[in-house]
Amino acid sequence: MHNTILDIKNLSVSIDNKHIINNLDLEIKAGAIHAIMGPNGAGKSTLAHFLTGRPEYIREAGSVSYLGADLLALTPEERAWQGIYLSFQYPVAIQGVSNIQFLKTSLNAIRKKRNLPPLDAVDILQQVKNNMRNLQMDEALLYRSINEGFSGGEKKRNEILQMSLLEPTLAILDETDSGLDIDALKAVADGVNALRAPTRALLIITHYQRLLDYIEPDYIHVLHNGRIIHSGDKSLGPTLEQKGYGWLTEATQEILPS
Amino acid sequence: MSTEQLKNIFSKDYAAGFITDIESDTLPPGLSEDIIRFISNKKQEPEFLLEWRLKAYKHWQTLREPHWSKAQYSPIDYQKIIYYSAPKTDGKPTSLKDIDPKLLATYDKLGIPLYEQERLSGIAIDAVFDSVSVATTFKAKLAEMGIIFCSFSEAAQNHPELIKQYLGTVVSYTDNFYAALNAAVFTDGSFCYIPKGVRCPMELSTYFRINAANTGQFERTLIIAEPDSYVSYLEGCTAPRRDENQLHAAVVELIALDNAYIKYSTVQNWYPGDETGKGGIYNFVTKRGLCKGKKSKISWTQIETGSAITWKYPSVILQGDDSIGEFYSVALTNNFQQADTGTKMIHIGKNTKSTILAKGISAGKGQNTYRGLVQIHKKADLARNYTQCDSLLLGGTCGAHTLPVIETHNPTAKVEHEATTSKISEEQLFYCQQRGIAPEDAITMIVNGFCKAVFKELPMEFAVEAQKLLEISLEGSVG
Repeated sequence: MHNTILDIKNLSVSIDNKHIINNLDLEIKAGAIHAIMGPNGAGKSTLAHFLTGRPEYIREAGSVSYLGADLLALTPEERAWQGIYLSFQYPVAIQGVSNIQFLKTSLNAIRKKRNLPPLDAVDILQQVKNNMRNLQMDEALLYRSINEGFSGGEKKRNEILQMSLLEPTLAILDETDSGLDIDALKAVADGVNALRAPTRALLIITHYQRLLDYIEPDYIHVLHNGRIIHSGDKSLGPTLEQKGYGWLTEATQEILPS
Repeated sequence: MSTEQLKNIFSKDYAAGFITDIESDTLPPGLSEDIIRFISNKKQEPEFLLEWRLKAYKHWQTLREPHWSKAQYSPIDYQKIIYYSAPKTDGKPTSLKDIDPKLLATYDKLGIPLYEQERLSGIAIDAVFDSVSVATTFKAKLAEMGIIFCSFSEAAQNHPELIKQYLGTVVSYTDNFYAALNAAVFTDGSFCYIPKGVRCPMELSTYFRINAANTGQFERTLIIAEPDSYVSYLEGCTAPRRDENQLHAAVVELIALDNAYIKYSTVQNWYPGDETGKGGIYNFVTKRGLCKGKKSKISWTQIETGSAITWKYPSVILQGDDSIGEFYSVALTNNFQQADTGTKMIHIGKNTKSTILAKGISAGKGQNTYRGLVQIHKKADLARNYTQCDSLLLGGTCGAHTLPVIETHNPTAKVEHEATTSKISEEQLFYCQQRGIAPEDAITMIVNGFCKAVFKELPMEFAVEAQKLLEISLEGSVG
């Protein structure tokens, strides 16, 4: 077992020649939950997409190792096969591809790479329905085209449903709480908490403390101008909620060279 | 994903591209009255049929090749085409035992075994090889119910009254250039007759195979459904991989009488040419159904993945009151393939309904055109049409065109048209990849999803085949 799941060192990332992430360092150990907060445009979603391999994001400097190996040498699907999961902020719809078909295709693609036999629809369905109950999801969503006409809450629950079946080693939640009412938030948090395990790690990207009321992080990092300017334990959340980011961002501007 | 990466998805081998080495009776190339007389004589046709052919030939000579479609190609020299080529036989085979094993092996290799016991019991097959039908299965069993299912040549000999009554009544030899050519030189095809009140218990199917080089295939299919009858008919086609273009100019006529239902499905997989656009079949086909009786229904479903050029508009004339016409289509063009396809729904009777669902997929340098006509005649009170045309573009070098024409002459008519054009987005691909689905599989899945509404109209066995075919056609477009 690897003690360190993700190790980001001195990472700089750009898109369209614009630097978004600057000299970022972050180590995520097995069993830990890290939350990344920060103002709009801080680079939070960029980090999520870069780590999962979106081709538009370019590494300018630094390294990322995942389970001790170079993460950036892998294609997006290879990262998925090795247990990296992203809960998308904006999950996309695919016309004519049912939710259950997508789940089955995804699950079996990953199982195949792990030398596990494919599961048939009956095996999958039983587990899916069980997990859907926990997430308080309507089973009818299984037979609709994935994410097509889903409400915001249904999309987010569906992301967590997929996560619960794929059982990732590193799950990245990109603003999973946005657009959720309080019931949905609780259901999603329960789904995430159910996956907590000493062998897994979670990276939660969020604007707000409220998700962290239900999923207790071990660490909270404040991202600003593409770099972590402050880290703390779970008590940092309520402080940020109260005071905003100003006191941190202004302080860093003073110490940053112009 | 870049266009560069997309380029390869579509280049897997055309599996049906082999050539059968078989001795044939082949006429020299060229078209004349003598050639037509030879064909008619070879098939021991009744006199009226020869006269009809000759009239068609005379008419054809007055016509010019149509060039209103979007398809671009060099002129066809009709004197260089061979109009008759048939595998050599000693007399007429009476059972499969008399058929050249090479022919049986050909169909086996194509996945169409002709031995009845080897077939799924639900399908009867007429196998057409170049200019002749080589075998028809389950004929006897169907005959017990009064169903006639045989080659066109046989029907001309054994059921001339039916041929005389219906031939050319839906697609006359004056209809268009290729219909006239077909009427003059057609060599074989299938004939189906479903008697009154009979529900055909199995799928009837014709498998067309072009084998000989420089040969055109001109088949003619005629299906007659008497009142209260039902038939589901399937058509499949393949040809060897050759550098020369070959012409396939078929005519299909369907006639549905009162309360009869004809369901006609096609999986067209003629050789599409290579990745540089060399070779491939010119598929210039006239298909039309006549809903002659009240409450009759004709439904066309087509999956067009093959051919260098497809020019084809399976249509329905809704003559009987309360009759229904349907057209479900998936057309895929890759490399240099060109498809100009669609339908005509001609509403003549009262309370007639039609549905058009056309899905076009373009990749490589493929050009895909939907061309459709919905025509509501004066007396077609309360006629309804719903049309939906969706185009999916893969990469930036292909094209999709939608040319719908709506003519209504009745104020009570209701006609709806919807059209969309989309691309597989980077977001969709990345989403799939993030879930462990490799780009090639993701594209296949997305394209299949796009076609789903049409696939579900296909008979089960065909739907599976269509999906596989699409997968093969799509493979290789991601680097």
